Amino acid sequence: MGALQSSPGRPEYSDLAEKTGFSFEQIGVLHKRFKQLSHNEETLRRDNFNEINDLALNPIRTQIIEAFFDRRNFHQNGEGKVQEIGFEEFVVVMSHFRPPSAHMTEEQRGKTRREKLRFLFNMHDTDNDGIITLEEYRHVVEELLSRSGTLEKETAKCIADAAMLEVASISVGHMEPDEFYEGITFEHFLKLLERFEIESKMTIRFLNMDTTTLCK
Amino acid sequence: MLRCGYALFWLLGSVLLICVVSPVKGEAVVTREGSHLKLSESSHSNESQHGHSFNITGIPIVSFKWHHVETPYLVAFWVLVSFLGKLVIEANHHVTSVIPESALLICFGFILGGMIWAADKVQTFRLTPTVFFFYLLPQVILDAGYHMPNKLFFTNLGGILVHAVIGTCWNAASLGLSLWGCQMGGAMGDLDIGLLQYLLFGSLMAAVDPVAVIAVFEQVHVNDVLFIMVFGESLLNDGVTVVLFNVFDAFVSLGGPKIDAAEIIKGIVSFFVVAFGGSLVGLVFGLLISLLTRCTKNIQIIEPGFIFVLGYLSYLTAEMLSLSAILSIVFCGMCCQKYINANMDENSVQTVRYSMKAFANGSETIIFVFLGISAIDKVIWVWNTGFILLTLLFVLVYRFIGVFFLTWILNRYRLVPLEFVDQVIMSYGGLRGAVAYGLAVMLDENKIKEKNLMVCTTLIVVYFTVILQGITMKPLVMWLKVKRAAVTEVSLLEKLTNKMFNHTLVAIEDISGQIGHNYMRSKWKYFEENWMSWILMKPSARKKQDQVFDVFHQLNLKDAMEYVTEGERRGSLEFVRNENSIIDFKKKSESESFDINNANMSNDHGAMSTTSRDPIPSVSLEMHEQIMKAVREAEAINAHHLLDQHLYKSRKQHRHRFSRSHFDINRDEKEVQEIFQRTMRNRLKSFTSAKMGVKPPKTIVKHTQKEQQQKMPNGKSMDKAKTSYSGDEGSEGDSASGYDQSYMRATYRAGAGIENPAFMPDLDPMDLLQIPPWLGESELDSSMVALSHRAQVDLPRTPSNLRRLAPLRISTRSTDSFTLENIPDTQQMDSDQLQPPPPPPRPPRDDGYV
Repeated sequence: MGALQSSPGRPEYSDLAEKTGFSFEQIGVLHKRFKQLSHNEETLRRDNFNEINDLALNPIRTQIIEAFFDRRNFHQNGEGKVQEIGFEEFVVVMSHFRPPSAHMTEEQRGKTRREKLRFLFNMHDTDNDGIITLEEYRHVVEELLSRSGTLEKETAKCIADAAMLEVASISVGHMEPDEFYEGITFEHFLKLLERFEIESKMTIRFLNMDTTTLCK
Repeated sequence: MLRCGYALFWLLGSVLLICVVSPVKGEAVVTREGSHLKLSESSHSNESQHGHSFNITGIPIVSFKWHHVETPYLVAFWVLVSFLGKLVIEANHHVTSVIPESALLICFGFILGGMIWAADKVQTFRLTPTVFFFYLLPQVILDAGYHMPNKLFFTNLGGILVHAVIGTCWNAASLGLSLWGCQMGGAMGDLDIGLLQYLLFGSLMAAVDPVAVIAVFEQVHVNDVLFIMVFGESLLNDGVTVVLFNVFDAFVSLGGPKIDAAEIIKGIVSFFVVAFGGSLVGLVFGLLISLLTRCTKNIQIIEPGFIFVLGYLSYLTAEMLSLSAILSIVFCGMCCQKYINANMDENSVQTVRYSMKAFANGSETIIFVFLGISAIDKVIWVWNTGFILLTLLFVLVYRFIGVFFLTWILNRYRLVPLEFVDQVIMSYGGLRGAVAYGLAVMLDENKIKEKNLMVCTTLIVVYFTVILQGITMKPLVMWLKVKRAAVTEVSLLEKLTNKMFNHTLVAIEDISGQIGHNYMRSKWKYFEENWMSWILMKPSARKKQDQVFDVFHQLNLKDAMEYVTEGERRGSLEFVRNENSIIDFKKKSESESFDINNANMSNDHGAMSTTSRDPIPSVSLEMHEQIMKAVREAEAINAHHLLDQHLYKSRKQHRHRFSRSHFDINRDEKEVQEIFQRTMRNRLKSFTSAKMGVKPPKTIVKHTQKEQQQKMPNGKSMDKAKTSYSGDEGSEGDSASGYDQSYMRATYRAGAGIENPAFMPDLDPMDLLQIPPWLGESELDSSMVALSHRAQVDLPRTPSNLRRLAPLRISTRSTDSFTLENIPDTQQMDSDQLQPPPPPPRPPRDDGYV
């Protein structure tokens, strides 16, 4: 029941709005949702996320929830995990999914792209060493395919391996016999997903309207 | 009779000449307009026939019956001419790269029409609405629906619908009203057209034509969103136009004074009923097809037929109920595509795809040619400069205004707004086509005095848009730097990331409590997977539904192909071709099959080199270059090995060539499943074994008895090979198999089966329980060669010189089962490392295998 819970246009909001690019209405809606999730507490914990029903079906639920508690996604150059997040962090993480504005320079576009990809990269790179190792990648792929039901774990592993091999052949090219590929660095990651229109794909529509009552 | 005889003679002689002559014989079949001509013609020929028949006494051995076959003959003949026209046009690439094919086909039609006119002085061939709407249009639309990228379509459905419904109504109304206004203002002289008739004309001109749009946009490759906006609009607005046309047609029949508010409301209601009813009919038929293909397992040969017949029936049913037939067939195709692709046998799916394209492309060709032919007709050319030019102008201008205005509204709600250049292309892509012409011809001359003027104007608009806008489209797209479609070579990583994306987006929407597209999509997907698939899909097909799996499988195939192509390029497979001399032990009678075999192989390789255009440099293959100089033979064997392992084609050959109902012997689901699994495992065997430090299970050689029986004459070469490889464990079999390969293929050609060693059951302990079907078969079927030498002698073994490749493999996508098979146990890997330890570095030449 803090000062944040109030009508749009408050100074607290304008800070956030500037930082994240959301409009006051959107922040208002998100704040409402935040309150709903946290049962009117000031902070959100992992348990709160686990309570979301729709999320239960999501195969990569853990990764996504972790992303909310990852300091790297808070724009603060921090590292490591936190146990609970406040509203500000919540909105900042959400802002990764903001649609790009219509009038952007090439430079800004590149920056947004980088940020979005960084978010994705961080979801893979759990130990934060700047490299997605095979182990990490396998883990993600296994989770990702775990819901499809028809693919066994073994298969998922094979697919992850194949993807990794592919990555290695694309990003490194010729390898000497005694070399080995450690994992995907962020630079490679950028290069690999060059054709991916992430600016437009990794976006969701943040409504100004409140629809929280409709989904639990 | 005589003339007909000449005609037939010419038919065989020269095609183009015939184009001039055969119409004289009575093309009324296609057009129905020229029946009077046909009558006179036939009476004429009757005379000569009588004169002739008097002389005949007794039974004629051969008689010439042109009129007996006239109708189908002419139809078939015109199809042939159109196709030949297309053939000639497509042969000139430098022309088609500048002028779109559709424009060229129309021009070809002009020439043909000119010839006919020169011969007859009357145009006797014409595209009639019946032929067009019943026999030419359905397959084009069905193809469009069947190949529709559903996700893209439904993502942009809002925009498409707005353009298709509101945009089309706007086009129709604005064109009709403006023309009427101009007439009132006296711009067009004295024309007997009322407001309602103008609106009717506007409604038939309003629709963007799917046939024309596909034809032009196919060659331009604009980005997906832009394409689907134009294409989707063109598909859906056909329904709208036909509805509008019918409504206005009814209004015109009713006459001005009788139209009151009630009638107008009825018109609006009928609009929705027709559009939604048509879509509903389509959906029902689509579901019906899906259900049917669930149980067509035993009539695999004709199962593709169901799709076409039911698709056509959905069109006709909608037409019968006076609903929108076009919408019906579109939705039918869209609805069933997923399920029939999963339910049907792979071969049937290919058949459907190909024949769908064949039909669609064929009738598209015919449509354009006949659009051209129809132009050369004195009767329809009623010139009215004001009317024609104003129509052209309004069509173009209002299209621009409509698109820009509607997009402006849409962009306020779109996540990714359509850019300015996209809007320009959308507007400019508003091509009118055969649908407009077909509708114009359907106008009732009694009710609309100026029908010919309208037909003529429609034709001019069609030519203008298809030819002029079609030609300028490509330069415009270049000049405006419209975002082009990405090269669609999906890497596994991208596919996985994409999947990850979708889940992430859904999750974020869930967390933020928004109900957006992703939320809806995930709900729909959930429903679809749990209910629709359950009902409409075969249980066995449900399993194979993963796209990632698909890509993975494709990668496997590509790998194998690359591998072989590369080998072929280096000439390492040459010896296979020269092998005729080596394997002279064969009976002479079989030498023919050898030739076939070899020719076949070279074909295969040709095909492969064209399919595998992979821009990514393959590292392992570079490495091969060095090794291959030294061990070309071993390499070739290897390539064979791999090809067999990954392309299990040999098992897919059809044994019952003469049976009409059995085409493919490979119907065992388990087997197919197993092949999939195994290819997959094999592909990464080296990788995983390196990781886990597990040595692949030792090969157990079975069927020793048969092996001995089969060793036969080429044992010698085997021995030779053995000696040359002596000193390397596990290599003896492969060299033999290199020779056996072609031997086996030869026997296979003679009607036997060949078995693929890659799928021997003892390769994988997990599958030991399953008795592979071919083992059972081989016991029963004595005519069949049970297992190839390779299968028995060498299971995925390899010359151990390949071991050196192993670490390199890690860096490419090529991992094959055999690369690490021979690595001794002592070389176990650290399980955390991605890469097996490097082998002792040996210069490629010093190993003395050769």
